[in-house]
Amino acid sequence: MSDPAFVYVVYIRATPARIWDALTDPDQTEKFWFGGRFKTDGARKGSDLELWSEQRGVDFTGQILESDPPKKLVWTFQHTREPDSLDGATTVSYELEVMGDDTRLTVTHDGFLDNSSLRRGVSGGWPRILSSLKSMLETGAPLTRAA
Amino acid sequence: MDMDPVFRALADPSRRALLDRLHTENGQTLGELCEGLTMSRQAVSKHLVLLEEANLVAVVWRGREKLHYLNPVPIAEIADRWIGKFERARVKALVDLKRELESDDEKA
Repeated sequence: MSDPAFVYVVYIRATPARIWDALTDPDQTEKFWFGGRFKTDGARKGSDLELWSEQRGVDFTGQILESDPPKKLVWTFQHTREPDSLDGATTVSYELEVMGDDTRLTVTHDGFLDNSSLRRGVSGGWPRILSSLKSMLETGAPLTRAA
Repeated sequence: MDMDPVFRALADPSRRALLDRLHTENGQTLGELCEGLTMSRQAVSKHLVLLEEANLVAVVWRGREKLHYLNPVPIAEIADRWIGKFERARVKALVDLKRELESDDEKA
């Protein structure tokens, strides 16, 4: 296996189960993922998935490759609006680990072609999404998308 | 969120240089990060520990090798704390303008 392209870590004052729910429940992702509903069939292995929002429609589709609640979720990510992208599906993984009072959430995103436009877009997206997730779980207020 | 370790880590030019190197090429070992630097391996290693403690660097093990990744999540938290919802686009436009105008003098 090649080394991951991106590794993001965020420490959140919440249990892994609470974070798992937030990541896999469309009603909750809608709040912190800037309107995106992460739809799956119970985040079960083999389930299809998509991120859908009222403003943007379907951002990406994919499939759950591995599901071990509330510790690990691995899924494929195929963007729907990257016209010049030659990327096949890339792979995202969430890993949750208790660290004292916090849970460490590690997100890795891998499988990009070198210099792909998707890779550049993704590198800007995750930090804000994770910051928003942390804010929602710790303060009840997710971040809002720029106008 | 305790932002003190983040600001302390960012206050040092050598540590910012290490983050720049990871921004250019993510997932480097200590050895790779030391290449071409005048800093000793020990100094780089100490800086990396501080960056890791501030959660600005995330680490993945590949066998016995430690790979270092730039983790910009705390920086996003700082930006989101002080840049308001409707300011974001305007702030970005100004930063882009500055970068564009200065691009002849300086590498972006």
